[in-house]
Amino acid sequence: MTEPLLKVENLRIELKTRNGVAPVIDDLSFDLMPGENISFVGESGCGKSMTALAIMGLLPEGIGRIASGRIVFDGEDLTQASESRLRDIRGNEIGMIFQEPMTSLNPVFTVGEQIAEVLRTHQGLSQQAAWNQAVELLDAVRIPNPKSRASAYPFQMSGGQRQRVMIAMALACKPKILIADEPTTALDVTVQAQIFDLLRDLRKETGTSIIMITHDMGAVAEMAERMIVMYAGRKAEIGPVEQIIDHARHPYTRGLISCVPHILSTITEERHDLTEVPGIVPSLRDFGQNRCLFASRCSHRTQECLDQRPPAKTFANGQVADCWHAEAM
Amino acid sequence: MSDLLNVENLCVRFEVKRGGMFGKKSYLHAVDDISFAVKKGETLAIVGESGSGKTTAALAVARLVNAWRGKVELDGRDILPLDGAELRRARRRVQFIFQDPYSSLNPRQRAEAIVKEPLDSLSDKPEAEKAEIVARLFKAVGLRPEQQRLFPHQFSGGQRQRIGIARALATQPELIICDEPVSALDVAVQAQILNLLRRLQKEFGLTYLFISHDLGVVQHMSDSIAVMYMGKVVEHADRISLFSNPLHPYTAALLSAVPSVDKARREATKRILIPGDPPDPMNPPKGCRFATRCPLAEARCRETPPALREVASGHRVACHLVPDPA
Repeated sequence: MTEPLLKVENLRIELKTRNGVAPVIDDLSFDLMPGENISFVGESGCGKSMTALAIMGLLPEGIGRIASGRIVFDGEDLTQASESRLRDIRGNEIGMIFQEPMTSLNPVFTVGEQIAEVLRTHQGLSQQAAWNQAVELLDAVRIPNPKSRASAYPFQMSGGQRQRVMIAMALACKPKILIADEPTTALDVTVQAQIFDLLRDLRKETGTSIIMITHDMGAVAEMAERMIVMYAGRKAEIGPVEQIIDHARHPYTRGLISCVPHILSTITEERHDLTEVPGIVPSLRDFGQNRCLFASRCSHRTQECLDQRPPAKTFANGQVADCWHAEAM
Repeated sequence: MSDLLNVENLCVRFEVKRGGMFGKKSYLHAVDDISFAVKKGETLAIVGESGSGKTTAALAVARLVNAWRGKVELDGRDILPLDGAELRRARRRVQFIFQDPYSSLNPRQRAEAIVKEPLDSLSDKPEAEKAEIVARLFKAVGLRPEQQRLFPHQFSGGQRQRIGIARALATQPELIICDEPVSALDVAVQAQILNLLRRLQKEFGLTYLFISHDLGVVQHMSDSIAVMYMGKVVEHADRISLFSNPLHPYTAALLSAVPSVDKARREATKRILIPGDPPDPMNPPKGCRFATRCPLAEARCRETPPALREVASGHRVACHLVPDPA
């Protein structure tokens, strides 16, 4: 069996708030295999992006910190790494693309210059070599006329093209892991399809592992092999994508799948009401309590859900659900 | 059922100055000669990607932007030339739900004042009756009575959208234009709002003009659908025909691009990738506007713009390549 590329063990991230310290990530563990695509799913405020920032060593300084646990990348514990070592790893070994291609690029530099800068800093390439490679990267992410487009400023490009530039930049140093935080949320569906297609091809060519953060179950089904459903800073469920969509063991996962009106293979005249997950994600103040944090919104709630944090229950093929009633689901 | 709303040859254009203060005036045709009708009590969805003109069309129907040409008939009467008291009367009948529940509520007003606002400006009802209406609306959209006194920042996104919906219902309108009413909300909250909108439609016999880019949501909410691309309606059909038998290459590509959790659909759908981005709207292609990206485009597509024509009962499409009915 191959070794996992990334091992996250009992990670706990604490965030300073006005009401004291809140565990925005509470005892999270998972492995990422080489070449694997794993997706984080959940509503906003469940800790998906925090996990990504922690892996990148980019937690908001002075506010967020890793309280306990390990993030082992290629045998090295990143929680113990120095700032300069982390800077080395970011970009070189782990790349990241962000949700907003509009605001993640520097408006006063050309896109070619911004990609070249990554190559100069991380790989020590010369001015000319870096520029040439930037043009090649733009070509690889399928920007038409890459030679002339390299001299374009971000405002001269469409949203989809800017996201391609972000991908080119993240892939410039051939990282082993690409973290994509809602990479297509700001884009139209046909552009989303182009970006997904591109990510799939790049993964095939380079063998990069992808951690994708999204709220769209359809995108997960399309892109990932395994998913991790997050709720209020905790892992609700983890396992193979097809298997979970087929038979989710956590009521929150079920809610996430059935609350969205999907386009199915057959369209019927009759339409039922969508399944509602009533209420909203609890506020940070309630994070970390010793009970099931989803209980207030759950129709399967019993007394034990309110009394104690649910145990992780394991099913076939590594599907694990943190729910008192997982077997009965 | 008769048509409540009938839009004919609607055009909206914006003046764009190029080349500085003394540059030549030119126009961006955001909505270019579109027609559609909505039956009483039904939902017409307008779908399209950003820049397709769907929101501009909705704003023009609500008279929130000026139409350049065309007609917007409500119960057979054109509302575009109206002004003064007559326009106010028409506005009572047509209300709007906005996309962003964060920026569409005045942060300095209490929730009750926000919901009461349309009554203040559009009706002559006494204060006591207005308060009664507001209380009833809060109940109808699933908010608690004591929440009337709160300010917008004290509500979650979904609750704010409920306030926006209550405001839209205040004048007992017949037509409600919903401009992306759930796209700013979390998925679980989306379901709550979509269910509410459908319940209210049945309860009050409302007619919806539903603007969205989310085809899953459109499939769930609409009775018929108009697909827009670069200011034009390219296909218009009832829900089942459009989703089971899309005829325009753009519609087909759009549908195939939606990721699905349904394995059967994923395996049955061949993804049609359309390359590139839409062309410059200031300088639209001479023939079919989709021709520059269409995988099937022929010479005639680049020369002559196709007309929207009926190819099956109630199924209209603007494409040279779709054969006429036998």
